[in-house]
Amino acid sequence: MEVKGENYSVWYEPDTAIINFTGALRLSDMDDYALISQLLNDVVDKEPPTITLDLQQLNFLNSSGISMLSRFAITLRRKNTIKMIIKGANSIPWQGKSLKNLQRLMPGLMLELE
Amino acid sequence: MIKAEELLENVETDNSTQIFGDFISLSSKEQLNITFPSPTLPLKSRWRHNGLSADFIAEYSSSYFPINENDPNTLWRQVAVKSAVNYIANELLENAMKYCEQHTNYTITIHIQAESNEIVFFIQNKISTLKAEKFKTFIKEIFNSSADEFYFRQLEKQAEFEDNSSPGLGLLTIVNDYCAKLAWKFQIQPQVIDVTTMVHLAV
Repeated sequence: MEVKGENYSVWYEPDTAIINFTGALRLSDMDDYALISQLLNDVVDKEPPTITLDLQQLNFLNSSGISMLSRFAITLRRKNTIKMIIKGANSIPWQGKSLKNLQRLMPGLMLELE
Repeated sequence: MIKAEELLENVETDNSTQIFGDFISLSSKEQLNITFPSPTLPLKSRWRHNGLSADFIAEYSSSYFPINENDPNTLWRQVAVKSAVNYIANELLENAMKYCEQHTNYTITIHIQAESNEIVFFIQNKISTLKAEKFKTFIKEIFNSSADEFYFRQLEKQAEFEDNSSPGLGLLTIVNDYCAKLAWKFQIQPQVIDVTTMVHLAV
């Protein structure tokens, strides 16, 4: 399961239930993010106990992308059967500013900034 | 030195101009201005220009925040400023590209003024009267709400109605995550509204 574009790549590792994001995501709106949303939802359908989003190589995410991740966090909150871990990097400034909002949307979300 | 032009919300300076927030005038001699011509390419084809431009604007702005070998804090400061400028410029350009009226003479211009402790962005474009009225309603809600409360309310609403658009979320992230101040100037012109969005980022 993978979605690739000119400057980014998103793929799923089934053994670890980790969804990796790399590059810069500046897609135009939620319709453009639909393929990535579909990948996320396909992983949810597999019902792993925990889903990890590894964003440590994601250098840029525009507001439409933040909106997509926010919607995913709300989906998991409502489902209430799957935990989420987000791995980020302190060295990437946008992550320190914006990822903590996801914890407010999904209490219990574990945010690991290294 | 950047000076404040108006301090009151929603002040009509004359019959054709309406200002919201602390709109700061363009007074510095050093500005970076980029004007995009009226589009002939479809939006999807020129969407990549936003990122290219934001990357350039961020790199350009970083010159105002040089690294001092004797002060390790200046390295992180430059990284953080570049990231913030890139994000804000990208959001402003995306909004302008998505919502501008298309006409031969309608350009989009972004101005950036950088000083050692602040960066001010202005983006000017033309929108329809209908979009302008909707935008003003949104702006009034920004001033009447706390930054985070409005932001999270919009996110929950979007998820509730499975709304694929995210209007205004970019501006709300600029306020909520970057603690920047926003202001606007609307000017009535024949058949269109000229709107300038200002973002004031303290460094």
